[in-house]
Amino acid sequence: MSGGRSVPGILAAAWVIARKDLAIEFRTRSAFLAALVLSLLSIVIFFFAWDPTAIGAADLAPGVLWVTFTFSGLLGLHRSFGVESHDGAMDALLSAPVPRQSIFLGKALANLVFVLGVQAVALPAVALFYNLPIGPAFGALALLMLLASIGLVAVGTMFAGMAANTRLAELLLPVLAMPFFVPIVMPAAKTTALLLAGRPIGDAFAWLRILLAFDLVFAYLCMLLFPLTLDD
Amino acid sequence: MTSSSPAARRLGVDWLLLAAGGAVVAAVVRAVWFTPPERLQGYAQKIFYIHVPSAWVGFLAFALTALAGAFWLFLKDPRLDRFAESSAEVGVVFTTGVLVSGPLWGKPIWGAWWVWDARLTLTLFLWFLYLGYLVLRGVIPEREQRARYSAVVGILGAALIPFIHLSVYLFNTQHPMPVVANPTGIQMPAVMIKTFFLSLGAFTLLYVALVRSRYALAVERDALDDDVATDR
Repeated sequence: MSGGRSVPGILAAAWVIARKDLAIEFRTRSAFLAALVLSLLSIVIFFFAWDPTAIGAADLAPGVLWVTFTFSGLLGLHRSFGVESHDGAMDALLSAPVPRQSIFLGKALANLVFVLGVQAVALPAVALFYNLPIGPAFGALALLMLLASIGLVAVGTMFAGMAANTRLAELLLPVLAMPFFVPIVMPAAKTTALLLAGRPIGDAFAWLRILLAFDLVFAYLCMLLFPLTLDD
Repeated sequence: MTSSSPAARRLGVDWLLLAAGGAVVAAVVRAVWFTPPERLQGYAQKIFYIHVPSAWVGFLAFALTALAGAFWLFLKDPRLDRFAESSAEVGVVFTTGVLVSGPLWGKPIWGAWWVWDARLTLTLFLWFLYLGYLVLRGVIPEREQRARYSAVVGILGAALIPFIHLSVYLFNTQHPMPVVANPTGIQMPAVMIKTFFLSLGAFTLLYVALVRSRYALAVERDALDDDVATDR
């Protein structure tokens, strides 16, 4: 903030919070590396879980990709409010003169960058290990990942905030969030399969429509309801 | 403690629950012995009279749980939260009933215990949502926070149901078209319709009785918590 004392608007405040979270992550790199290693490990392990002569790599890859993204995403989401648990950081954040929605937006934005960052490494890794030509479909895949990640991060940030305020936090987040990932993972994996098979993105229109609607509905609902999960 | 002594109520007979149990037994007796078996499915179709009413109660209970939570956010009335808690707990029992009776019917008719059909999968995820909701309630000792968080999860869960339905429906479906809620009218002989609605009524009554009984338990638990708090 160059203005110093002025109270920032909802988006400006969200940007400040997101930058704070990303700065912490960039300096420590602990969660990002952990999520990255987890992603690479699961990609490799999944390869051996099926008989590659019976199931083609292109049939295997979509499921592996999206299961991996979901689990590594949960790691990042959990960390998102974990960093606020020490030294009364959450209280400080709550006492800041900014709308509560901007805390959600900021956290969600940082989580989105985190999740997309992991995916940016994991996707080429899948292409390499599973020997898949992702080149022609790259643009469409990137769009798909963005669409899927927005919904995943919106719901995930919401539940991570709730879970952080309870005991059993690290167990509660997946139990609450996973059912909500179904309408994300299913369209995303199906679309990925179509794209990897060389079909145009228009063929996945019905699936993308679900994803887009999910993003809109849950980004709005979570932003609306998030202040209710904060305890003063 | 006020005049409605919990001890006295505990010793008394829950007449409503007794009547509801009797009605369910009567409905089952009528369904098994006094309703003709279906021409193609034979006696396996008898499960219909338990399966569909259980599903109705499961979804009704979830809708009422979500609704009670949403109203709680505005009214902050502890009775609404106690009702939501009771309804969710009873709902999970009936949903479990659906998930148990479904495979028992599916095996002889479809040839498989489980298929990833749209409504089956939706019910399974409804069940997961219920469990997540109850796990969440279990880990928050503070009453106001518990009610607030539960309301939020209830609302998000209600928004999720159509998305899961849409995506699973697009995935594939094997379930028969509804025979009761069919746009061209009920596709059943009159005697079966009568038994079905009798069973539906009995199960709904059982839901009401169980929620009432569970609600009384919640009242006593809250009263006990208050007593402990004042004694301290």
